[in-house]
Amino acid sequence: MIPSQDMAKHSQAEARQQAIEIQELAAPASRLPSALRFWRGWRRQVVIPYLFLLPFLLLFSFFLLVPLLYALWTSFFVERLIGGMTFVGWQNYQEVLRDGNFWEGVRNVLLLLFTQVPLMLGLSLLLALLLDSQIVRLKTIFRLGYFLPYAIPSVIGALLWGYLYSAHIGPFAQLAELLHWPPPPFLSAAGLLPSIANILTWQWTGYNMVILYAALQAIPPELYDAARVDGASGWEIARRIKIPLIAPALVLTVVFSIIGTLQLFNEPQIMTAIVPNLIQDHYTPNLYAYNLAFTNQQYNYAAAVSFVLGAVVFVFSYVFMLVTYRRGQR
Amino acid sequence: MNRGLLFCHARGMAKAGLLLLLAISISSYLVACGGTPASSGPVTLTFWSWVPNLQQAIDLFEKSHPNIKIKWQNVGSGGTEYTKLTTALKAGSGAPDVVQIEYAYLPQYILSGKLVDLSQYGANDVKDQFIPWTWAQVTSGGKVYAIPQDTGPMGLLYREDIFKKYNLPVPTTWDQYAQEAIQLHKANPKIYITDFSPSDGPWFFSLLWQAGSQPFVVNGTTLKIHLDDAAALKVANYWGNLVKSGAVSTAADWNNDWYAALQNGTLATWITAAWAPSDLEGFAPKSAGLWRVAPLPQWTAGEQASANWGGSTDAVTTQCQHPAEAAEFVKWLNTNPEAVKILTQKLYLFPSQKSALQDPSFDTANAFYGGQQVNRIFVESAQEVNTSFQWSPFQDYVFSQLQNQLASAVNGKISFEQAMHNTQNAVVAYARSQGFTVVS
Repeated sequence: MIPSQDMAKHSQAEARQQAIEIQELAAPASRLPSALRFWRGWRRQVVIPYLFLLPFLLLFSFFLLVPLLYALWTSFFVERLIGGMTFVGWQNYQEVLRDGNFWEGVRNVLLLLFTQVPLMLGLSLLLALLLDSQIVRLKTIFRLGYFLPYAIPSVIGALLWGYLYSAHIGPFAQLAELLHWPPPPFLSAAGLLPSIANILTWQWTGYNMVILYAALQAIPPELYDAARVDGASGWEIARRIKIPLIAPALVLTVVFSIIGTLQLFNEPQIMTAIVPNLIQDHYTPNLYAYNLAFTNQQYNYAAAVSFVLGAVVFVFSYVFMLVTYRRGQR
Repeated sequence: MNRGLLFCHARGMAKAGLLLLLAISISSYLVACGGTPASSGPVTLTFWSWVPNLQQAIDLFEKSHPNIKIKWQNVGSGGTEYTKLTTALKAGSGAPDVVQIEYAYLPQYILSGKLVDLSQYGANDVKDQFIPWTWAQVTSGGKVYAIPQDTGPMGLLYREDIFKKYNLPVPTTWDQYAQEAIQLHKANPKIYITDFSPSDGPWFFSLLWQAGSQPFVVNGTTLKIHLDDAAALKVANYWGNLVKSGAVSTAADWNNDWYAALQNGTLATWITAAWAPSDLEGFAPKSAGLWRVAPLPQWTAGEQASANWGGSTDAVTTQCQHPAEAAEFVKWLNTNPEAVKILTQKLYLFPSQKSALQDPSFDTANAFYGGQQVNRIFVESAQEVNTSFQWSPFQDYVFSQLQNQLASAVNGKISFEQAMHNTQNAVVAYARSQGFTVVS
């Protein structure tokens, strides 16, 4: 024990003792019925805090917990157009596990996860380091510029890119026509996934960059001074000081990206109007759940699909956190 | 300490939940009591429809019916509206009193039991004013579930300048159409005779309809399903061969690229319905004067078979508190001579009413079509629509499966014939899983 901590503990105990004595002076304990005393204590420790928490708890339960539990409950039933609702237990889940359409969607988002996410986060890190370095001027303008796509609603972004990709009226196609080249195959069977990856990168690089940049700003500059005195170059400072110190922020962006990519919905939903031959109703698991519920009216099955997707998201996020945690321990 | 807190936490939440449930049930009880019709002031009806500029007709209605107010809302056309409608009907609140529904989608809402039988409000009195096949589509088991609003008998819009330039006669049979498709594309690789959009299930169904296919025979909850009957396979193989030859494009319809293609002469024809000529003026204004209209090409030379694509009805939902007034509105909108005149002549809907078809002012020359009397072709087409064609009570599902399969066929993964077989199997399985009896 360090003496100063011991002292502090002593003085805390003393203060508490004093407080109790003052209370007893004000309202002698012997005169209060024990029930009332209990009520007072309970009120202070339980009732009042929960009263303050109530607005949050109400919103949280009615907009998150109740719908979630309701969806879970729904997923154990089957509602037929003829014959109504019957309890089927795990049957919906067994069907999802066998459903080729669902796994095709999962495969598509996993492909994006393993190609687009590393690319995007690498780009975000690079931009954040550049903005944090001494070599860039007009930082505010760059920071704002990279962040701007995130401020545009993803629906608008998808519509915009849909136009840019168009093989007939898009600017790239028109440019190609001027040069007598065939139009770039953005919206072909092979080009579609990279095209979607490009939209996602455009939209989210700036967002992730801002998170990383904020983490970089929190590093005490003394560390850089010390490193420079030791003869470290700018690149070495970045590699040996900045990146290790912002690792928690990097982990955060990866987890956010895992969740966001596996739940991809807006971009394919908008682009399905342009290339319905390629983006079918099960292109991503979320799109599949949406179409099952609102086109096929298979609400119960859609609920099961959503929960299996939730499990996939959980597994990937958890495994990633576990791996990075283990690395950190070593 | 920690566990105690957690326990309190859960208990507190359960209590709060109970209280809120109580509050909600009390308030809904109050609302329900307040909602019973006092019928003193004017009744307000909400009406979902995507027909543009419908307000003119509504104003006229409100003038002659001071006790009824109509609140018209355009919540999106076709599928966009049905998604909202289905959800609201399922939720038990939020659906409009009166709603526009296309013929193809009517059976699924009838089956759900969420549409009011209008025969109890005198709907049968106006039966004789409508073209017989339209009335057949809004009735089921002696009950009337909607009033026909407009129709889409089919025809062929074509670019006269292109056909003239390449010395091609206007095709009258599908064989001739296919030959000219290949000739045209050979003469100018930039031009396609038309676009086969695999994502337009309702359009493909109209082609099946014309070929005499009978995909569904519905008898209560007993269904015959033949999405791969001989006529359907004939249509599928025909388009499969054309797609394979490369003489037709396969882009999706109803988007900017497609509008541009119709305007700039990339597409030489549009196999379409009677509501299309005014639509085309809207999205291809620069091609004014170049288009003409001809009857639909035939499978057998000399025949006159036609089909219907689109067209709508107006129905009253069971969430409506004032069904008598709502029934009066849908009857009035679609039978009152002045209202029908607005619908057909100002809003360019193709009528479902016999009188409007015979109205001489309906038969006007149209400058966009080089002064041709466009409607005359469609009036003739309307007489040749096969009246026994039926839709399934889950048409949304059928279209989405068909579209998936046609897309695979267009992408070359399966043959067009296989696409029809796959759709058939998926739909039969779905019908059985939904509790229908499927017979052959």
